[in-house]
Amino acid sequence: MFQSIDISHYIYLSTVIFSIGLFGVLFRRNAIILLMCIELMLNAVNLLFTALSTYMGDADGQIFVFFIMVVAAAEAAVGLAILVMVYRNTRKTDVSFLDKLKG
Amino acid sequence: MFSNLPIPFLVLSFITILGALYVVTSKNPIYSVLALILTFFSISAHYVLLNAQFLAIVNLIVYAGAIMVLFLFVLMLLNLNKEAEPIKSNLWGIAAAVSAGLLLLVLTASFQIAGENVAKNPVEGLGLVKSLGQVLFTRFLVPFELSGILFLAAMVGAVLLGKRDHSSSKNEIIS
Repeated sequence: MFQSIDISHYIYLSTVIFSIGLFGVLFRRNAIILLMCIELMLNAVNLLFTALSTYMGDADGQIFVFFIMVVAAAEAAVGLAILVMVYRNTRKTDVSFLDKLKG
Repeated sequence: MFSNLPIPFLVLSFITILGALYVVTSKNPIYSVLALILTFFSISAHYVLLNAQFLAIVNLIVYAGAIMVLFLFVLMLLNLNKEAEPIKSNLWGIAAAVSAGLLLLVLTASFQIAGENVAKNPVEGLGLVKSLGQVLFTRFLVPFELSGILFLAAMVGAVLLGKRDHSSSKNEIIS
């Protein structure tokens, strides 16, 4: 039914999403938005893994997507816990104020 | 170039890219979270188009169901006011856009030949629960169990970090 999609379009789409996520990580200062942009980049990689796995007929890529989701869930939980602790101590979520190690 | 593509793919890609852009550019973090949920839904629809039905459902449950609800809870817990808005400078935005655009250029150029050796059509029946489960519970059994241990460690760490520490609450960092 949908047989005319070339693999290159999926490659370009996930590259664009990854670049948008990288732009967000570089541009925004709010730590919650930074975590969300990291999730966006992980999803771009997941989409590319799934597209290549499906077109090559190999199920290993989709298993890798499964493990990436596991790591992303653990990362979000620990990152948000750190964020809540930082907010409790400094009353800010702006990462540009977290420069105490700068010397 | 785009005229010979199916309409669902074009519409889904449009929604995905617009949602991702709104996540990055929105001033209000709540709208950012909602746009990210929209992006995850459209990526799940992409998985359905790719015959990866198991991953589509898992993506909805894990990302849109669990992770984004966690983000929303933390946002409402923190109660950010207007003073907590980040200070943006124009130069910083230009530098970020230039570096992201350069990465896009390099990745596009290096992926030019990546799709040459694969089939022209998606293989059917690969993303069903039966075929994925057979691979996951035979060849990838040890990593599967290890990811369970990783989850346990992450859960213990998150509880330990999020717990209010009564003994050292006097020497808080003041900034």
